Amino acid sequence: MIRIENIYKRFRKLQVLEDISATFSRGQVISLIGPNGSGKTTLIKSILGMVRPNCGKILVDDQLINGDPSYREKIGYMPQIGRYPDNMKVGQLFQMLQNIRNIPDIKLDKALVVGFELEKIFQKPMRTLSGGTRQKVSAAIAFLFDSPILILDEPTAGLDPLASEILKEKILTEKKKNKLILITSHILSDLDEITTHIMYMQEGRMQFFKDIETLQEETGELRLGKAIAKIMRGEPSSSEWIGKMLEIKTDDKNY
Amino acid sequence: MMKLSKYVLYDILRSKIILGYTLFLFIVSFSMFQMEENSSKAILSLLNIVLIVLPLVSLVFTTIHYYNSYEFIELMSSQPMSRTRILLSEFTGVSISLLTAFLIGVGIPVLIYEANETGFALLFTGMSLTLVFTSIAFLASVVARDKARGIGFALLLWFYFALIYDGLVLLILFSFSEYPLEKLTLLLSALNPIDLGRIFIMLKMDVSALMGYTGALYKDFFGSGTGIIFTTGIMLLWILLPLWLAVKKFSKKDL
Repeated sequence: MIRIENIYKRFRKLQVLEDISATFSRGQVISLIGPNGSGKTTLIKSILGMVRPNCGKILVDDQLINGDPSYREKIGYMPQIGRYPDNMKVGQLFQMLQNIRNIPDIKLDKALVVGFELEKIFQKPMRTLSGGTRQKVSAAIAFLFDSPILILDEPTAGLDPLASEILKEKILTEKKKNKLILITSHILSDLDEITTHIMYMQEGRMQFFKDIETLQEETGELRLGKAIAKIMRGEPSSSEWIGKMLEIKTDDKNY
Repeated sequence: MMKLSKYVLYDILRSKIILGYTLFLFIVSFSMFQMEENSSKAILSLLNIVLIVLPLVSLVFTTIHYYNSYEFIELMSSQPMSRTRILLSEFTGVSISLLTAFLIGVGIPVLIYEANETGFALLFTGMSLTLVFTSIAFLASVVARDKARGIGFALLLWFYFALIYDGLVLLILFSFSEYPLEKLTLLLSALNPIDLGRIFIMLKMDVSALMGYTGALYKDFFGSGTGIIFTTGIMLLWILLPLWLAVKKFSKKDL
């Protein structure tokens, strides 16, 4: 569904993406992982057309993405930090997006709106919402149109455990509908149950892109965090990052 | 296009700045007509408001609006909506609100007290200048990277067009006063929409002697039908060219 061919992106002196090529297809749940600043968000934004790569091609359903914006109808996107117009009320935001996509009420997937009880805050302006509630709104918007491609940038960051669980359930439901789901996250334990493929990035380069069975076979580890730690052990910078990731995971359990 | 402009307009009306601006123009215009016994004198005073305040407000308001609705623009660009459409909707929304403010604030008093050729020339100039400077402000904000730079750039442009440019023209005219400069000054006036507007209105009044050097020479040219077409054409060019450049730059921009 999404084909990326030799993407390069440079922000002034900083090479953010270097020669990234990959093919993502229907039914896959791809976890994009890597340290901060490794280019995950830039890659996602390139797919959405928000960042224009210096060279290379991105095709969504065999359609080149520069020019016609209609391909974005197939994508539900949840940004890392949802930023919305301050004066707009939550209800209006939903209505506006529905209006823009021209989708009738019956076709909307309101599971998360109901799950997060967002209808209660429909009259509140966006600027009064807390960070976590904003995340909930972002998530509900991403799933609202039942799009065949879902791109979730750090979906569980900032959500309370209950909301995070609801969201994970929702992702699993969507996975069963044979959709393409692209997730970035630093919380590897969250990804464990959902993901089918791992794409590991570092300093703008793709280190590997493998399905989870191969990864488990190669490393002999069942847990995602440990498997990746094993692969990355050779490189000091990565193993340091992985070490930190595992630390956070144990913290999570105590919490 | 109007779908999106509707939300832009809604957002602008919520902030109440436009309401204040309308009220300001209305009070100023009314008091001018009340104070001056001769209403064409009042038009002359109003002319200065139109030439100085209108461009300034259009520039600053548009720039601030652009940066304040950056989140909105970002959100829209992840939806099936082309960049061109997003920027043009923003432009339409801002122009409609500024034009309405001007037409209510200055238009109504002018129609009551001085509904003749001079009055209409004033309204035409005011509307053109509003559009020209809105368009220029969009270009400035798309090019500049952050809010401070954007507003600084907009103010600099205002200084240039409202104050510095006249000084430069005078300097040229004095330095080369031994040469025939008619054609050159005509060209120079076209390079500044404020000057052009000033000359255009001035020639509808009998006060050209008061208005300085640039204008006085051109009574013949601007008095004719060609003059009106020339003015309209140049104004249109001043609206469309910056807008076109802004759209072009915006389509390539990373959000």
